[in-house]
Order: sequence, then structure tokens, then C-alpha cells
Amino acid sequence: MTGRIFLVSVFAAVLWPSLVLADAGSAILSKDCVGCHNLKGPAPQTLKELWERQGPDLFYAGNKYRQTWIVEWLQKPQRIRPAGEFYGQHIQSGAGGKDVIDTSTLKPHMALSKEEATSVAAELEKLRPHDDLIAKEKVSVAPISKQMGEMVFDKFQGCLACHTIEANYGGLSGPELYTAGRRLQPEYIASYIRNPQAWDPKSWMPNKHVSDANIQKLVNYIEVLSTESRNVK
Amino acid sequence: MSNSRRLLLLTALAFVAPLGFATETAVDNYKTYCVQCHGLQGNGNGINIRDMSVQPRDHTDAKAMSGRSDDQLFKVIKEGGPSIDKSVLMPRWGGVLSDDEIRDMVRYLRTLCKCQFGS
Ligand code: HEC
Ligand code: HEC
Ligand code: HEC
Repeated sequence: MTGRIFLVSVFAAVLWPSLVLADAGSAILSKDCVGCHNLKGPAPQTLKELWERQGPDLFYAGNKYRQTWIVEWLQKPQRIRPAGEFYGQHIQSGAGGKDVIDTSTLKPHMALSKEEATSVAAELEKLRPHDDLIAKEKVSVAPISKQMGEMVFDKFQGCLACHTIEANYGGLSGPELYTAGRRLQPEYIASYIRNPQAWDPKSWMPNKHVSDANIQKLVNYIEVLSTESRNVK
Repeated sequence: MSNSRRLLLLTALAFVAPLGFATETAVDNYKTYCVQCHGLQGNGNGINIRDMSVQPRDHTDAKAMSGRSDDQLFKVIKEGGPSIDKSVLMPRWGGVLSDDEIRDMVRYLRTLCKCQFGS
């Protein structure tokens, strides 16, 4: 009997911290985050639902982000989407009939403590409903020069229209991509380029029908950009 | 509702459902997918244009838009700029919009330019 009790307490001592951590994470998510983030899925099926989106969907966070990045970013959140989410809610006609981003509608993101961020990230890591899409991607690391990468990204594929590749250079309706290599898993980058609608049926990123070879180049280019932007900072 | 009425409704639904995703109006599709480059007013002044090497078409420009047939407009929306020897910066929307939605979109573009082909 005492042996049993001993065993149980050893178990508890080993398991307890991780259980508490996870519980704290899901408690924070369901209290502070569900108001703006979809944690259960599915992604919006109609444009009305899309327009109501207050923040990026997180229900496949475990398939998408690098966990270490989530922990860092949640402690010190910085803007990723220049026009927010959904972009259409944050733009207006400006002088000369040119559209501008209405920055007054873009609010700073809440920040968490290191402990909170760690437990939330551990919880988000478990959300992996799209393991199937990730398993289809094989990314091979192959160095690509910045010039060559930019050629594919801008001239051949037209990605620059919606994404910035350095602070203040590029399009504004999509997330900045010079930090994406730090933020995202390489297989997710490949999969989203291959078929954005598989992740988000109403996404305003079109399927560019990029060839396999070019997907590899683009993923490697995005990695190059992120090592460079890290060195600058 | 009578049973036969209900049956009728179910049968009707069975025909509609296999078409897949909900059909959206051209106005809503334009707001979501085209405004980012072509602008809230359709004048080619969207938030993305600053660093684009080729500027988006001004859809209110009757002269330019009347130079295109409805079939050409359909094609460029469905298959993208390169399909009519235009810039790759104009994406193809085939995987996002259904053929019916693209046909609606062409009609909507005609209201923006207040023009017809050849007019
Ligand atoms: C008021 C709405 C709001 C609340 C509440 C909120 N978020 Fe966010 N969140 C956003 C928006 C908007 C973005 C996009 C920021 C950007 O692109 O600059 C975002 C981005 C993120 C990202 C980065 C994802 C990506 O793809 O860019 C993470 C991770 C995240 N939020 C986690 C959380 C967590 C965890 C909580 C709860 C503690 C939370 N958020 C609460 C609105 C919110
Ligand atoms: C018409 C605008 C548009 C074009 C063109 C476009 N994208 Fe995107 N892209 C988007 C939007 C919108 C998202 C997702 C936004 C969101 O989830 O909040 C996105 C997401 C991404 C992501 C994931 C980023 C993240 O943080 O979630 C990558 C990687 C990406 N795009 C790469 C590309 C590449 C490579 C090309 C060219 C082949 C391209 N995009 C062309 C609009 C565009
Ligand atoms: C990523 C930016 C971008 C998006 C998003 C975009 N376009 Fe375009 N569009 C362009 C550019 C750039 C051109 C000019 C191409 C050229 O002149 O070579 C263009 C040209 C056109 C033309 C004129 C083609 C011609 O030469 O007659 C039509 C019609 C058009 N777009 C319709 C649409 C519709 C409809 C949508 C939304 C479903 C849309 N575009 C979304 C960038 C975009």
C-alpha cells in the first residue's frame, strides 16, 4: 500500500507541472483569445464569415507555426499584416481616390508573460488537423541567391503584389514575408503556396499554380530573407 | 409545412447542394478579391499598387474596358494576365471563383465602366 502511494506521488510529481502548464494554456486561450481567433475550425465558408474574422485562424496552429516563435511573439507582439485582418475592414479611399490603410483601426496585440506564452504555445502546438497536407510536402534545403529568389518571387510569379519582402517594400494585403521563415514551418509555407484554398477556402491569396521546382525555390528564398532580416535587427 | 411540400424542398436542396460552395455576389467577390489591387472605387488604386511594376487596370476607364469583349474579360479573370498577354501581376481566379461567379463579375465590370464591348 505505501509502495502504491509512493508510486502515485512520484507519478504526480513528474506529471503535475506539465499538466498545470497545459491547463493554464487552454484556460488562457478560452478566456482571452477565442473572441478574435478561431480555435476549433472550420475556416470561413462564406465571405460574410471571412469579413468578420478578427484575427488569423489558430485552429491549425500546430501545423503552421514554429513553437519557439509563438513564445517570443506573444511576449512582444509586432504587426505582421500591414492592413490587419480582415484587410477590407481597415482600408478607406484617401486623397486622389487612392486607397490607404486606416491605421487608427489597427490596435496593438495583447502581450503575455513568458510563462503564459509558453503554456499557450504548448497548447497551440497540439492543434494539428492538417497533418495530411503537411505530410505531402518535402522541402529540401538548397541555397538560393537573393537575386534569383526575388526574380521568381516578383517577376515570374507576381507575389510581390501582395507581400512585403523587406520593411516597406511590396504589397500590403498579405502578411509580411521577410519574417515568415522564423514564423512558419517550411512545409506549411510550401503547402500554402501550392494551394491556399486547401487551408482557407475563401483566402484572398489566389492559387498561382506554382510548379514544384519553383515552390522549392520560394521556400528557400523566404528562409534566406528571414536570416537576413534577423541579422539586420 | 405539409409533407409533400417538405419533400419538394428536400429534393430541391439535393439539386443545389452538389454545386458545392455558396455562390457569392459579384459586389462581395470584388470587395474581397479585387479591391486589394483595383481599389475600393475600382479605379486601379488599391492598397497594393505602390511597388507594382505594372499598374492594375482602372475598371472605370470606359475607353480601355470597351476594348475588351466579355469573353476576354472572362478569360483574364479565370486564367490570369498571361492568358491574354498581360502581366502576371493580374492573378488567375479560377480556383476561387466559379464560372457563374466570373460571368456575374464580367457583368459587374460593365456597370463600373458604364460601357460595352466596342462602344
Ligand atoms: C482583439 C482581437 C485579438 C485578441 C483578443 C487576440 N488576438 Fe491574436 N491576433 C489578432 C490579430 C488581428 C492578429 C494579426 C496581427 C498581425 O497580423 O499583425 C493576431 C495574431 C496572433 C498570432 C500570430 C498569428 C499569425 O499568423 O500572424 C498569434 C500566435 C496570436 N494572435 C495569439 C493570440 C493569443 C494566444 C491570444 C490570447 C491570449 C490572442 N491572440 C488574442 C487579434 C487578437
Ligand atoms: C492577391 C494577393 C496575394 C498574392 C498575389 C500572393 N499572396 Fe501570399 N498571401 C496572401 C494572403 C491574403 C495570405 C494569408 C493571409 C492571412 O492568413 O491572414 C497569404 C499568405 C501567404 C503565406 C503564409 C504567410 C503567413 O504568415 O501566414 C505565404 C508563405 C505566401 N502567402 C506566399 C506567397 C507567394 C510565394 C506568392 C506568389 C506565388 C504569394 N504569396 C502571392 C495574399 C497574396
Ligand atoms: C494582385 C493584384 C491584382 C488583383 C488582386 C486583381 N488584379 Fe486585375 N489586374 C492587375 C493588374 C496589374 C492588371 C494590369 C495587367 C496589365 O495591364 O498587364 C490587371 C488587369 C485586370 C483586367 C484588365 C485586363 C485587360 O488588359 O483588359 C481585368 C478585367 C481585371 N484585372 C479584373 C480583375 C478582377 C475581376 C479581379 C478580382 C477577382 C482582379 N482583377 C484582381 C492586378 C490585380
